[in-house]
Amino acid sequence: MASLWEYANPRKFITTSNRVLPWVGALALTSLSIGLVWGFFFTPEDYRQGASVKIIYLHVPAALMAINAWLMMLVGSLIWLVRRHHVSALAARAAAPVGAVMTVIALVTGALWGQPIWGTWWVWDPRLTSFLILFLFYLGYMALWSAVEDGDTAADLTSVLCLVGSVFALLSRYAVLFWNQGLHQGASLSLDKEENVADVFYLPLLVCIAGFVLLFVALVLLRTQTEIRARRMRALLARERMG
Amino acid sequence: MIALLIRDLRLAVRAGGGLGLGLAFFLIVVVLVPFAVGPRADLHRVIAPGVLWLGALLACLLSLDRIFALDHEDGSLDLLATAPLPLEALTAIKALAHWLTTGLPLVLAASVLAILMNLPAQGYVPLFASLVLGTPALSVIGTFGAALTVGVRRGGLLMSLLVLPLYVPTLIFGAEAARRGAEGLPYATPLMMLAGITFAVIALLPFASAAVVRVNLR
Repeated sequence: MASLWEYANPRKFITTSNRVLPWVGALALTSLSIGLVWGFFFTPEDYRQGASVKIIYLHVPAALMAINAWLMMLVGSLIWLVRRHHVSALAARAAAPVGAVMTVIALVTGALWGQPIWGTWWVWDPRLTSFLILFLFYLGYMALWSAVEDGDTAADLTSVLCLVGSVFALLSRYAVLFWNQGLHQGASLSLDKEENVADVFYLPLLVCIAGFVLLFVALVLLRTQTEIRARRMRALLARERMG
Repeated sequence: MIALLIRDLRLAVRAGGGLGLGLAFFLIVVVLVPFAVGPRADLHRVIAPGVLWLGALLACLLSLDRIFALDHEDGSLDLLATAPLPLEALTAIKALAHWLTTGLPLVLAASVLAILMNLPAQGYVPLFASLVLGTPALSVIGTFGAALTVGVRRGGLLMSLLVLPLYVPTLIFGAEAARRGAEGLPYATPLMMLAGITFAVIALLPFASAAVVRVNLR
């Protein structure tokens, strides 16, 4: 019987992900180009925000992936701590820079949109602030990975940091909510609410979100493969030096 | 446990322990702020709680790498780890010793330095209360950061990067309580939140710190 844990075998992981990767990559590319072209050129302008509303097609998916990348790292860290599968630790490592870049995209596109609409590049709004804090957590996580030389030690330390950091990131999220009231609008894409963004904007946005998710999966698979190969190469070099 | 606490306190107090360094740093930070923002008493009064909290936090950060680094260098950390005392208790004691030698003096000094910053009279009690409740959390979180980087050479900068984001909730609630107190507003809510964070951190983080020390000693 096939179990999910079979993919914890690095070789099995590489062969399977090699088979999946072109499809995921192609799908990501097509849905991103469809979604972005549709969103940028074939949707009406908002009657108050004008063309600036179209930044939503980058901003929302990037922000979504920024949080979900951290969640994926949390799951990867937990699996590493409990079951000691190297692939899971390396996947968590591979996801961190992608998530950090997504956070930056969300912050930058938000600033570009905020300048004409709110009249300021930056406010100390709870959502903005917690994203900035999330970015700091990404930086610390990546710095710790690169500072510790031994692979397993680094994986252990970063996993514990990821766990503790998740709690503190969540705590910070609610602390800044207490600290300052915001300009940022509430959720307008919830599945369980009546009032959402109008369908004209909603459908291309969904395609863009799918594109970002697929892009993230493709990048993480690719980067995990790279990590596995790099580690294998180091082991081979070490063996050569010994023999 | 008590013997270990006394040992750590002695090491901190005697020569090279850096007991005074944190205090001196705190003093200098607070003295530098008026030079940076200009000699306006009204402005100082407004920013006093924030500056004092930030200064205390940075002074606390400065002394963190002493928690484990020296013991790791001379090998006594390995001895302590093989002692019958559980590592969780060890990290808790280390945090307590750090608070007694850094946090507590900072709290006392803050009340004096508040005069330099023209803190309104009604602000002293909330500032003192928030620092007394908040600095233990800084020590415990800092112990976790120090434990993470104990194996890294020249890990001081890395540790700052790891610890400072973890300090965010403590700083927010602590400075908020002090600010509200200075402005004469009710400050019980942020103070209770701060106490909640501190107690939760004291209860849980020594386990994470111990796990991390174990990894680093492997």
